[in-house]
This record gives sequence, C-alpha cells and structure tokens, in this order.
Amino acid sequence: MRKKAEQFNMMIVGTGGQGLITLLQIISEAAVLEGYDIKTSELHGLSQRGGSVEVHIRFGKKIFSPMVAQGKADLVLALEEQEALNGLYFSNPKTIFLINQFIVPIPLKKSLSEAEILLQLKKETKNIHLVPADKICQEKLGNSVVSGVYLISLAAFNNFMPLSSLSIQKAIKKLMPERYLELNLKAFELAKKN
Amino acid sequence: MEKILSKKGGEKIILLGNEAIVRGALESGVNFVSTYPGTPASEIGNVFYRIAKTAGVYFEFSTNEKVALEVGIGASFSGLKTLVAMKNFGLNVCLEALMPFVYTGSKGPTVIIVADDPSCHSSAQSEENTRSMDNLVHIPILEPSDPQECLDFVKLGFKISEKFSIPVMVRTTTRVAHQKMPVKTSALKESSSKKGLFIKDVRRFVTLPPRVLEMKKELFEKIEKIRIVSETLIKEEKGRQEIGIVTSGVSYLYVKEALSGLKLDLPVLKLVFSYPLAEKRIKSFIKGLKKVLIVEELEAHLEKEVERLAKQANCKLEVFGKNLLPVVGELKPEYVMKAVSKITGKAYRLKKAELKILKRSPQLCPGCPYWLVINAVKKAVDVNKVVFGGEIGCYMLFGNSPINLQDYLSCMGSSVGIAHGIKKSTSQKLITFVGDSSFFHSGIPALVNTVFNKSNPLIIILNNETTAMTGHQPHPVSSGAKTDINIEKLVRACGVKHAKTIDPVNQQEFIDTVKEFLEKDEVSVIISKHPCKFVIPKK
Repeated sequence: MRKKAEQFNMMIVGTGGQGLITLLQIISEAAVLEGYDIKTSELHGLSQRGGSVEVHIRFGKKIFSPMVAQGKADLVLALEEQEALNGLYFSNPKTIFLINQFIVPIPLKKSLSEAEILLQLKKETKNIHLVPADKICQEKLGNSVVSGVYLISLAAFNNFMPLSSLSIQKAIKKLMPERYLELNLKAFELAKKN
Repeated sequence: MEKILSKKGGEKIILLGNEAIVRGALESGVNFVSTYPGTPASEIGNVFYRIAKTAGVYFEFSTNEKVALEVGIGASFSGLKTLVAMKNFGLNVCLEALMPFVYTGSKGPTVIIVADDPSCHSSAQSEENTRSMDNLVHIPILEPSDPQECLDFVKLGFKISEKFSIPVMVRTTTRVAHQKMPVKTSALKESSSKKGLFIKDVRRFVTLPPRVLEMKKELFEKIEKIRIVSETLIKEEKGRQEIGIVTSGVSYLYVKEALSGLKLDLPVLKLVFSYPLAEKRIKSFIKGLKKVLIVEELEAHLEKEVERLAKQANCKLEVFGKNLLPVVGELKPEYVMKAVSKITGKAYRLKKAELKILKRSPQLCPGCPYWLVINAVKKAVDVNKVVFGGEIGCYMLFGNSPINLQDYLSCMGSSVGIAHGIKKSTSQKLITFVGDSSFFHSGIPALVNTVFNKSNPLIIILNNETTAMTGHQPHPVSSGAKTDINIEKLVRACGVKHAKTIDPVNQQEFIDTVKEFLEKDEVSVIISKHPCKFVIPKK
C-alpha cells in the first residue's frame, strides 16, 4: 500500500479542444476513489477556441484552493510541447514534466523548436519526460484522440502521481461513454506495456 | 441517469460549481428556470436544458437576460419557485427589471445567479464586480466559495426569499462556477410540474407612485431583518493573533491556503452575505485587532465598509487590502500568501518574477462558416477604406490576426447602434457583423432606430443556427427551435428594403451583394446562413 500524499498539485496545459477537462475528470474521480479530498479549476467559453488552456487539479488530505500556487506543481502534464513552457510558472526544481511530443503551430508565429523548449525547461528541472503520445496512439490504436488518456495512464504506471493505475482504470470505466470506452481502455493498456 | 438527478441524499458527488447550483435548486424544489447563456454561468442553463423534463421543471433559454428575468418575475408573481441565471453583463441588461422587482418583492421564492469573471477569461467587454450593486439595488447577495456552498447557498437563498418575500442573488466568480469538488447532497423531492396562480394584488405588484416610495421603505425594513440573519450566519474562525482577516467568496480559500502554508493561526471572518453586511459581527471582530487584512477580488468594496465600521469600533485599527492586493484581475493563491506574509512578517518569497512565456489566442474553428464570410468581405472591399463593427460571439475573433476585421467591439447588440452613430458622424463606409443570437438579444431595436433615423450601414447578420460561443445553446431560429421566425422577413418588416439571405458557400453572390449593398443610401442587411459545423441537423 502506497503512502498517502499530504497534498498533490497537478497542472495540465495544452490548447483548447485537446480534452483537458476529460482528463481532469478522470484524475479527480480516481483521487476520490482513493479517499482524497479534491479541488479543481478549469476554464470554459472563449478559452476553448484553440487558445492556451490550463487546468488545475489538487488532491490530498484537505484541499482549500482550487488553483495551484506559483511554483507548487508536483506534475505538469503538457499535451503540446510549446505549451509546456506555460507550466514553468507553476514548477520548481522537483516538478516532473510529462510532455506530449506534439506541436500545434501558432498562427503567424514560427513554432519553437524542441531544442529551444527543452533548453528552457532544463533550466528549471531535470525531470523531463518527452513522450510521442500522439504518434504512439495513432500507430498502435489508429487514433491519436486518446493520447491524453495514454499520458495520464503512463503517469500512474510510472508513479509520477500518487494514484494507482487501477484507480485510473476504474475512473475511465466510470466516466467514458460506452462508444469510446474500448478505445480509452486500450490506451490505458498501451501505457502499461510502455 | 444523470448523477445530478439522483433521488438519494447523503451522497458525495463531484460537481462543478454551476452543477451544484442546479442541484441546490432541485433540492429546493425549483419549478421554473430561465436564463440567457453567458460564461461562466452557461452550464446552469445547459444542465437544466438536458434534465428539465425528467426533473419536472419548466426551463427556457430566453432571448436575453432582461427577458429571462422578466419571465422569472412572472413565474414568481404566479407563486412558482423560480431560478434565473446569467453572467455579470446580463445583470446590466436586466437591471431595469431587477430594481422594481426588489421593491415588489417575490411571491414564489426567487434566486438570481450572477457570475462574475475576474481576469475576463471569457469576457470581452469589461471586468465587473457585481458586489457593487448592493447599495444600488438593495438585493441580498450571497457569496459562495466552493461548489458545496453553491449548493448550500442556493438553498439558503430560496429560504430567505420565501421568508422575506424578496429575490436573493447568489454571486459566483469563474473560480467558483468552474471549480469542482465532492459535494454532499440531500434527498430530492418527488418532482411534479406545478401550475401557478396569479392572484391579483395591486398594492404588491404595481410600482406606481406614491406607492413606490412606501415600497422602498418596506424594502429597507426587510433588509434590516435579513441583516440579523446575516449576523448569525457569518463564519468566524478564532485565532491567536491581533492580526485578522476579513474575506468572502473564493478569496476565502486562498486565505485558508495561505494560513496553512505559512503555518499561521489568525482569526478569519468569512462573509456569507456580502449584502446586507453583518456589521455588528464585523465590529466585534475588529475591536480587539491591531491590523486587519481584507482579502477580496477587484475593487476595494468590503475594505471601504470595514474602514467605515472601524471608525466606530476601533479607530486605531490598521486596515490593509488593496495596498497589498491587485484591483485588476483575479486573485491567485500566491498573491494572498504574499499579502499575509507582509502583514504578519512571516517570510514568504515568490519563486520568481511572473513569467508568461507563451500566449496562444483563440481562433475560429477550422471549417467555421465565418471563414467564408471573411473571405467574401475581403474580396469585395478594400478593408482599409471600410470601418468594421463587431460584438459578442465567436465572430469577435474577427479582431485577431490574420483576420483583422474589427475596428470596434462593445456589448451584445451594440454594434448596430454604434454603426448608426458613426454613419451619422462621418461619410465613411461601414460594415458591421452581428451574431444571430446577439441580433435577437438586443440588435432589433437598434436596427429599427437605423431605419427610423435614416443611416446606411451594411449589417451582416451571421446566422449559424446556434449560440456557438457559449456552448451551442438554441435560439429563436436555431435548428429545432420550431418557430416561424425568419430573419429576412423580420428585417424587412422593420422597414429594411435591401435585405438578402445568402449561404456564404456561394462566394460570388456574397461578394457581389456586399459591393452592391455598400453603395446603398439606406441601411442594408445580408443574412449569412450556414450552420456552425457543430450543429447536428435535426431529422
């Protein structure tokens, strides 16, 4: 039995439409299943139209603020490489960055190169995990839409967060509509193997 | 079966603040709900739209917030338990109807939800602090901090409204409305559609002078009675220092976070009602203190009240607030941490200067029919020689690069009135874009004015058959609305001679019509009709 975290702070950053709120729901549900108190914060509306988006997930014994304070994130999950830089506001040298190796170009701007992004992140922390989740899900499952679920499953299997993979699996089963369930469970299983 | 409709009580379910508001209304036995969508309040309407039938509740998306409130007033006057929801700007729109409603009071208990959006995450026109309505409107205002309080305060609001026959406002902010946590529920009453009855009572429902001034006196009497409830419900947490904190809403959560992070034991006073204020309790709280920190978002509203009360209760008290916290933009936990550290002398250093490395602006979706309109307009005219008006909806993204077709942007329905003013003041060509939902919201009176007072802007009404920006809510001509309303016929009935409905897929026709209409001496209207790609046609 794993020791319970006093407090765990997680940020998911990405672009509007990447399914951040679904991932927030899965992690929240899993945290509640493990008996944690949770608070989350998300944004709707204007922020969904492909803009930069961040959601905050906090769980632990007792949680007050729905927002992660500056420098207090334990895990930053970036669904897009450039957006990982927006995680820096919340990170400290111990923060784990789990990053989808995937670039969504910003209109009228030259995309930052992977080397530039990593250079900036490495100034802050050594715990950087770059995973080509979109590519893996496209190749193995024929659909990259589940790359986020793949990544949170990967985070659970690798102990990047104090939630068991079983709880993540249970939460996926509870929350996913039936027609998408199989694909999402496959993404979960795929993370187990890698 | 939706978890929000679970009959059982005593469960803990993860709810968004807005969903908790819906649950609180259902647990109160709400009969009648009206709203106009606006983020961060939109999900209240979305959830009711989905569940109303099953829950035995009447629900409608009204054409604007003023209508939504008026409809709610009618339901309340007929004795029904009523909920009206809107975002802050909606309150501006319905203020005219709200003020007399507070005078007449409610008959069926009535709760009005108003959602503010500090930092303007989903708001284009201004950053508002609805708490400032207290001394203007004299409506009791409850301020929840989290989803549990959203549920509890909606129930409390209905009880206060029932007891004192007055509408009650529950004011949320983005970080409350879009916060999730496990919420403890109570049992739902068996749902049954209730028919109301309007019982004539002229003294009560007619605000005609001189009766209206008697009503104002009665209102103040009610407020003083509610103040007693406010005094008993305020939450005081004892502490061991002569430095205290007064706070409300989501700011309370940042205070708790700061105190636990800094390992401090300060007394905290948390408001339940931001109006009427629990003045006695605030005075007794500050009496023994040397310093007090007011933690609130936006303008120094509570701070001014505490300063006023300190003159009576403790004139040596040092009051801190906006000298340590920002007036513009939402609070963040680290800001409160820093402010608390400053007045207590407990060390806390922000890790680094605030860095915002990347900002990706929202864009129109790929496949959005508006791209076709943009293309046609850019081909039809020299964009440097035409003024472009815009307003609230997805098409406000016309202001972003590379589109750049927006030279002014204000509130819903405003672009037509502003267009008329510019046309009357200049000899410039002007094209303004109005969304379908915005047009019905408040564009029609401005169009009539343009015909009446004679000017010639080109108005392009963007009919995509949905209120897209806020999450695809229906409106009077959306697919499935089943009305005989036709925008072109409506526009013609307003006296517009040059009106044409065009699917922008027909680019050449669109381009030619823009060119032709822009030369007219009278107002002209193009209705661009092509559904949003997320609208699923009803079979």
